[in-house]
Amino acid sequence: MRQWVRRMYNPFKKKREVLSALREIKESGIAMECKACGHRLYKEEFAKNSYVCPECGYHLGVTSSYRIKTIPDRGSFREICGSIKGGNPLGFPGYGEKLEELRENIGLKEAVVCGTGKIGGTKTCLCFMDNRFMMGSMGTAVGEKTTRCFEYATRHKLPVIIFCASGGARMQEGILSLFQMAKTSAAVRNHSESGQLFVSVLTHPTTGGVTASFASLGDIILAEPGALIGFAGPRVIKQTIGQELPEGFQRAEYLLEHGFLDGVCDRRDMRKTLGLILKLHKGEKK
Amino acid sequence: MTAKERVELARHPDRPRCSEYIETIFDDFLPLAGDRRAGEDKSIIGGIGFYRGLPVTVIGQQKGRDLEENLEVRFGMPNPEGYRKAQRLMEQAEKFGRPVITFVDTPGAYPGIEAENFGQGEAIATSIAQMSGLKVPVISVFIGEGGSGGALALGVCDRMIMLENSIFSILSPEGFASILWKDSKRSDEACEMMKLTAEDLYKLGICDRIVREGSGAHLNRAAVFSRVDREIGEALEQLMKLKGSQLVKDRYRRLRGIGKETV
Repeated sequence: MRQWVRRMYNPFKKKREVLSALREIKESGIAMECKACGHRLYKEEFAKNSYVCPECGYHLGVTSSYRIKTIPDRGSFREICGSIKGGNPLGFPGYGEKLEELRENIGLKEAVVCGTGKIGGTKTCLCFMDNRFMMGSMGTAVGEKTTRCFEYATRHKLPVIIFCASGGARMQEGILSLFQMAKTSAAVRNHSESGQLFVSVLTHPTTGGVTASFASLGDIILAEPGALIGFAGPRVIKQTIGQELPEGFQRAEYLLEHGFLDGVCDRRDMRKTLGLILKLHKGEKK
Repeated sequence: MTAKERVELARHPDRPRCSEYIETIFDDFLPLAGDRRAGEDKSIIGGIGFYRGLPVTVIGQQKGRDLEENLEVRFGMPNPEGYRKAQRLMEQAEKFGRPVITFVDTPGAYPGIEAENFGQGEAIATSIAQMSGLKVPVISVFIGEGGSGGALALGVCDRMIMLENSIFSILSPEGFASILWKDSKRSDEACEMMKLTAEDLYKLGICDRIVREGSGAHLNRAAVFSRVDREIGEALEQLMKLKGSQLVKDRYRRLRGIGKETV
């Protein structure tokens, strides 16, 4: 009774309660608009639907941490080579500071997070690229982490699943960045020769040097709906040929039609599909 | 000489083309065409010939000498068909135990609708992966421009020989400036910053040998051809002693080491 009285009559507490309630509404209840169809929905509801618009199926961008939370079995993800981070090998002006700033703001050391985890009980290596970090571009650190992940998987006889999201090579690291394409591709090849499975999942956007290396080398290649996937960027192509690009050009559905994907997979079904793929490849290899 | 001047020389319209190196250095060169999938791409020359009596597979990017030729080869920018032809020829080289010698001279892979529809990215990725695992010696000679993944797709090798005024870069200096500064006119600045000259690549541990050109390869054709010839000979002599599995191991170690100091 006394407590109740205190709550009722404590003006400060009440104010605090009101404020925190307001903040909660503000954070979870922000109405978001679907970029494709304009459908309005609370952020919480978008989150519950895997950040896919329930009206039109548009896939909003998600972070690597979101995928780490939702793809592997709960609590099974263990990061590997988490301490690797890149420097400024060519002394590009302002690049070192930019990296530090991003590390501080996003809380990621580099544009990819690698580890092991289970999906539907099957152990696998997992890499999640994050395009908030330098557009997910592949510098020496991204190349090194991905390569080490494939080497780890080869040694431990594990499959690899990569969620790609990248603008391509990292300009500020010049030719060293370009050679990450060769390094990662060679590691994929060794992994493949050892009889292990590699599933490449292309998310928006996957372009340039990542498309022209490991992303295209999966035994099975899936993509999220609407993802932009290509080698040259649409702007460069338009400039070069001086004509309009066909509708849907370089989108996941277009690539599927042209034979460069095994399937386009809705984010809400991704975990289940990957689980099935892993299950289909289970069993001792000779 | 500044990096920008070297870029200009690398792109010089009179610079010797891939076909001239092939004609001069190899005997009885037999050109082979087609990718057996979709077409024939003239911007990549491929075939078999003798190098001092030894059968070798030769693959190289070809720029034109005039506008008409250049339109046919898209200014030396290959389509996926070109890379897939290279893959086919490299597979045969491995089958018959022939060393592979590549000549790199391209601004980059062609950015076009058809190229994307036929999987430019996949073609380059597959070429790179295949080259990394070839059980025969691979020697790459950079004779002019080496732009982006389109150049790397013929440049994964055991010995990288670069002409003094050839370049190898992540992207053209114009593209680089346009991406980073939204201003392709700042390409001069980009040239200096990108570390794209043979000297830079040698210092970075990527290039193994630099071939001197004097005042430029287009003014010293005969001397440059004979120097390249000698470099190929030396590299072959060393590499032919190694077993296939050793070559693959060494090549992987080589790739593994590039840029290692920075992580």
